[in-house]
Amino acid sequence: MAKTVGVVVFPGTNCEMDAVFAVERMGGEGRLLWHADDDIGGVDAVIVPGGFAHGDYLRPGAIARFSPMMGAVAGFAADGGPVLGICNGFQVLTEAGLLPGALQKNSGLKFLCQPTVLRVETSASILTGRVPVGTELSVPINHFEGNYTCDDETLARLRDEDRIVLRYVDNPNGSVDDIAGVCNEGRNVVGLMPHPERACDELLGSADGAVLIGSLLDAA
Amino acid sequence: MEFDVLVDVRLRGGIADPAGATIERALPALGFDGVSGVSVGKTVRFTIAAADVGEATTLAEDLCASFLTNPVIEDASVSVSPVGGSA
Repeated sequence: MAKTVGVVVFPGTNCEMDAVFAVERMGGEGRLLWHADDDIGGVDAVIVPGGFAHGDYLRPGAIARFSPMMGAVAGFAADGGPVLGICNGFQVLTEAGLLPGALQKNSGLKFLCQPTVLRVETSASILTGRVPVGTELSVPINHFEGNYTCDDETLARLRDEDRIVLRYVDNPNGSVDDIAGVCNEGRNVVGLMPHPERACDELLGSADGAVLIGSLLDAA
Repeated sequence: MEFDVLVDVRLRGGIADPAGATIERALPALGFDGVSGVSVGKTVRFTIAAADVGEATTLAEDLCASFLTNPVIEDASVSVSPVGGSA
């Protein structure tokens, strides 16, 4: 039976169908989860997709983290369930305290929409189980606030615990230590700014994201 | 009683401020010399019901810590005054 991936939809989310497309392309089943509900409905994994949840007012993710669905997602994550935050979803997961650090305005103050090359830094995460360390993947970014920042102590822990999942080969946004994606201590919650769900078919310019979404389904 | 609250949100020291840096770099070209230390934050104003200034301040500070700021990157200072002005 196909594994089911819940895709959280807030007012202002705009990448939910891209995420469902990618999941189904890789043999899973996508199911939308409305933010105001408080039950993930027995899904095998959760994606918090990109967009502008609650308009990104105050700060990206600041209001979204209070949605009832985020309580259910936090419970699912605490039980070891795989949770992936993409772009705005990464911002939501940092605001919710499920991932360390924060996403700041890009250092060049430009909204960036372009392909980037990512280097896989660990295979021990729900996003990279299928991918050997050192693999380079072409995956697009599409953000204004993707400049990952954290204090020195947190950065040292992320390095020591092998929790930097992906790095940019050519840092586009000023992120500390070229970080594009990180995971939690349990390695079952991953956030990244690039959009693997938009790189699952050569027609989209790259199919390199498929192996990442496939890894998520393996972990589900 | 009701109290006017003004919250001044700033980036913490050591956190890059690309907006502030860009404004500072632009100033000499606009003829403003000698300006330094530019930083960009935000201000949030609201009215809060509380028994006294102390309670209003505590409520506002809790609101700051849990919602209005992200303590990873931001600090805030809170000013509280009775609605209508006179203390």
